[in-house]
Parts: sequence; C-alpha cells; structure tokens
Amino acid sequence: MDATGIGLWGVPLAILGGAIRVSTPFIFVSLGEAITERSGRINLGLEGTLVFGAMTAYAVAVMTNSPWLGLLAAAAAGLCFGLFHGWICKFPKVNDIAIGIALMLFGSGLAFFFGKPFIKPKAPNLPAIPFGAWSDIPQVQAALDVNVLFLIGAVLSLVLWWAFRNTRAGLIVRVVGDSSDAARAMGLNPNTVRLIATGVGGALAGIGGAYLSLYYPGSWTERISSGQGLMAVALVIFAHWNPLGCFAAALLFGGAGALGPALQSVGVTQGYYLFYAAPYILTLIIMIATSSPTRSLAGAPGELSITR
Amino acid sequence: MTDRFMLNRRQLLKTSAAGAALGLASASFPISRAFAAAATVGFIYVGPKDDYGYNQAHAEGAAALKGIEGISVVEEENVPETVDVQKTMESMINLDGASLIFPTSFGYFDPHMLAMCAKFPDVQFRHCGGMWDKAKHPMNAGSYFGYIGMGQYLNGVVAGHTSKSKKLGFVAAKPIPQVLLNINSFLLGARSVDPSITCQVIFTGEWSLAVKEAEATNALVDQGADVITCHVDSPKVVVETAAGRGAFVCGYHANQSPLAPEKYLTGAEWNWAKVYKMFVDDLIAGTPLPNFTRGGLADGFVKMSPLGPAVGEPARKQFDATLAEMMKGGFSVIKGPLKSNKGAVVATEGQAFVETAIELESMDYLVEGVVGSTA
Repeated sequence: MDATGIGLWGVPLAILGGAIRVSTPFIFVSLGEAITERSGRINLGLEGTLVFGAMTAYAVAVMTNSPWLGLLAAAAAGLCFGLFHGWICKFPKVNDIAIGIALMLFGSGLAFFFGKPFIKPKAPNLPAIPFGAWSDIPQVQAALDVNVLFLIGAVLSLVLWWAFRNTRAGLIVRVVGDSSDAARAMGLNPNTVRLIATGVGGALAGIGGAYLSLYYPGSWTERISSGQGLMAVALVIFAHWNPLGCFAAALLFGGAGALGPALQSVGVTQGYYLFYAAPYILTLIIMIATSSPTRSLAGAPGELSITR
Repeated sequence: MTDRFMLNRRQLLKTSAAGAALGLASASFPISRAFAAAATVGFIYVGPKDDYGYNQAHAEGAAALKGIEGISVVEEENVPETVDVQKTMESMINLDGASLIFPTSFGYFDPHMLAMCAKFPDVQFRHCGGMWDKAKHPMNAGSYFGYIGMGQYLNGVVAGHTSKSKKLGFVAAKPIPQVLLNINSFLLGARSVDPSITCQVIFTGEWSLAVKEAEATNALVDQGADVITCHVDSPKVVVETAAGRGAFVCGYHANQSPLAPEKYLTGAEWNWAKVYKMFVDDLIAGTPLPNFTRGGLADGFVKMSPLGPAVGEPARKQFDATLAEMMKGGFSVIKGPLKSNKGAVVATEGQAFVETAIELESMDYLVEGVVGSTA
C-alpha cells in the first residue's frame, strides 16, 4: 500500500467510523420505539416520522440558517406524529399496527410533498466534535468526528435504562405496558401514559431524521431513509426492549453496514452482495441463538398486541 | 378491546411487509395531469425528478418539450421497477391519451414495457438503455441511449491531471455493461495522462442508497483516492461527501457543480432535450420513430459540465484537445493492446472499438488498473 492510503487498517477503522456515523438514526428511532412499546403500544409509523423529521429539519435549517432550530422543529414534528398516533389509538377497537402503517405512508407522502422545494438548497450541518484531533492521520480524524447527536443518543440510552428501573416515571410506563388492569388499579390512566410515551417516541424518531438530513449523509432527498425507520423498529425486538440493547444493536448494524464498502476499498472485491447482507445475517443468527420454543421473548411488555 | 383485532407476531411481520410494499407504491403519485392535446408524451422516472442525477437529466429533457405546439407532457416520478410501472403506463395511455411513452429506467424494459407493447400496439414506447433487439422485440418498442462513456473519459483526463495520490475512486451501483464502460473510460482517460494511475471501484448494489454511497465515498477517501466520480442515480450524496472530505469530484448525469463549486472539476451530462425533441419532431411529422437511436458528444446526446476553478492549464489543454478529437467522431476509448484486470486480453494490438461498437454494450470486464470485481 502506498503512503496516502491506510491499507488494511481501513477495515476496522471503517467499521468503527461506520458504527458511529450510520448508527445514530437507528439509536434514536429504536429508543423512541422502546419507550412506546414499553408502554404497551407499537408505533410502526416511525419510518414516516423519520422521513418527515428529516425533511422538516432540513427545511427549517435552510430557512433559518440554524441546524439547531431544524433539529427542534424535527422533534416537534415527530412529537405531533406520535401524539396523533397515541390519540387515535385510545379509541376502542383501533389497531395500533394498522394506524402505524397508515402514519408511515402519510408521513413519507407529506414529507415528499412539502420537501420538493428543499431538494436544491443547501442547509447548514450539525456540528461534530473532532475526537480524532490527537491523530496525524486524516482517516482517523475523519472516523472519529463524532456528531453531538450520537453522544446524546448514547447518554440517553443509559439514562433510559436507568430510568426504567429506578424512577417512578419508568415504573409507570412499565406497569402500563405490562398490565392495563394493574395500572388502573393504581389509579393511572393507561391511555394518557401511552399518549405521552408515543409522543416522546415520535419526537426521538424526528431527531433521528434530523441527523440523516443535517449530518450524515447530510442532504434532503426522497430516498434518504431507505427503510431505516422500519429496521430500527425491528431492532427494538432484537434488543429485547432494553435501551442499552437498542444502543448496542444500532452500533452493530452501523458497523456491519460499513463492512461492505470498506472491504471493497481494500481490494476484497469478490462477493460484495454477501457482505452487504452481513447486518441481516447477524440479526438472524442472534435471533435464533436467543430464541426459545418454551417462552415468549424475554422483556416483552405484556400489553403489546403481538405478545398478548 | 376484543380479540378480533389482535395480531400475533406472524401477522405483524406480514402486515409490516405489506406496509413496506404499500410505502413504495404510495411514493408514486402523478405530478401533472393534462387533457389530451394533439399528442401526449409520457415520461416515467424511477426516482424524484430533481435528484441532481439520472431522473433530473430526463426531466430536463421532458421540460424542453413543454413549449412545443400541440404536445402535452405527462410525468410520473418515484415509480418502482415493478408491476407499478405497468399501471402507470396503462393510466397514461387510457386516461391521458399518451401516444408516446418514455419509461426511463433500466428495469422498466423487461417484462413491464414489453407487456404494455403487446397490449397497446398503437402506442410507441422508447426505453432508455440498450435492450431493444429487432429479432426479439416488437416494432412499437425501441431503445435510445448516449455514449456517455466518452464523457467519463474526459472526466478521467481532468482527474488524471488533478490527482496527486494517483488513485481515483469510483462509486458504482451495479456491474452492468454501461456502468463498467464508464468505470473503464474514467480510468483510461486518466491513464492517458499518467499510465501509473489506478482507480478503486466500490459497488453499492443499488441505484439509490444514500447512506451506503456516503460510506463508499468515505472508504475511498480513506484509501487515498483524491478524485471521486460515480455512477448512481443521484450523485448528490457522493459529491457532497467527497467534497466534505477534501477530495475533488467529477460529476455524472447532470451538473452537480452547485453542490461543491470549489471541488467540482467537470462532469459527464446527458442532453436528453435533443433526443426527445428528435422523437417528437418525428411524431408531429407523422414519420415512423426510429427503434434504435444512439449518439455521443458529436451528436449532442451528451455534454460536459463547464470546467471548475480547480482545473489547471495542462488539464484544460488536454481536455479541449481530446474533446475536439471526439467531436470528429470515431474516437475509441477501448483500444489495444489492452488487458482486463484479471489478465484476459480485451483488445489486441491495433484493435479498437469506436464508441458505436456494439461489443461495448455487452462489456463484462474491468480494465487493468481498475481495482474491483464485476461480481
């Protein structure tokens, strides 16, 4: 290898860099969905929320020239989507999965509609913190340019993990998710708790969208998400509804996704379709390894319509 | 709540799959509806028509028809390469009265467009690509394409002069002949400047995957490539990511210089306006439309973006000289002696394939100097 390239070191570096760069939307959407599902509802609409959040963030950032306002707007838009889902689902005989699918289509369609004029202009990006500044190697510096949202996501997953176990709010969400009857007996209104949980989940998904359009890849196009919102919802089951698990699963997905391009760049060019399937193969293996025919998934909230 | 509305896990998976399919379907909505004029021409795009890329190039061509007397244009964007495109074609024919349809994406041809050709023998279909074959396909179908490999050769000339690391990068979608020709042309253009230059290619496997394209661009820059180009539907992400990492970029499909004014060297662009006007002139005149149309720089099917500020004087000179040579026609990018990167001889001494050579449309190799594999 010549002096300008970094040769085989590029592969672990790309996996590390990819895990940091690609995982953030997965982290936020899956944490949001974890909160929602812990309260006993499934919101499949987060893919739509993600796309709409990406569009809103980009549009507001273009108009105000501030990526932070864009981020805020994306969170607010996500909150609205989540609250809408939560509000509809409180009515009897409403299926949360069907509403989620409807909102997924609605969110994407609305984002395409309003997003048309914002494909051309350029928005200011969210800042990154150069954790690689100690290194002289530009590749290392680039891989360790960590966006603040990634750090917020990491802290958030820790806080949520702790909060679910140790705080009153966490207990309320869990009891509502595990048994509506028990919650009512405690004097809680399950619908209100679920409304708030779905709203917060939507807001987090909106933030995930903002990361896509304002940092990486960093532009608004209609193809920006390519199903990442749906994958993130699936990650929650994969992570057994544990926020720390969501974080780890998102990292794994990001890193595995970077494997294909990185291997090709160092000259391992055969069978790249197989490498691109790596994240999904990994998911299958872990799912099979952790599954059991005698019990339902560990950690599954009792009120979820898929486990009940 | 009653059990009737409950779903089990298996149903959830089914429902989500259906939802994903619906999501794709709903992404396609008509963007203009017009009453039948003297003739209605339909355009179908696989992605958004302002993607700084493939679809934008076609939409710019379609826009050039809108002022023509008696011609009305209907367009639909974000149409997947599935049975959806058949429905779009049917509705353009039955509801809008389209008599000429351009399904612009590669995957629309077989079986979708061919099915429609059989169903509507009075409607003319022209597909962008090189698939039409007189022996196999109906006469109301046809293909049109441009020799844009020439443009990638010119990109390569400028890249070869600009690169300091002597390593170029190429983000490619799928290893089909047109993509392979572009990769080979890019490298051979650069090697006309310095025969030691190599080009690293990364296939993403799909025409439009924003995050993977960004990852691929980062991986190329990490490996020392300092001029990047691509063949994906929307080069926007590649151009912005490469420029953000400090690499130079050569454009493709359309002009991406507004995205990276300092780092954009030049680009190979389609000039579909010329082609679509040609077809529509025939349609108005009532003469049969050609079934198989090809053209390059000299025919005005392809054009180059203006050279960027980073292009030096020697590059400018060679670019102009090569372009002038190409404008005469009969320029060969693939000429012997030339080997593939697996060592097989692809052109012997004295053998040359001009841009019109039909052999180039079944290209299945990468030339020596390209680091990458076709499978």
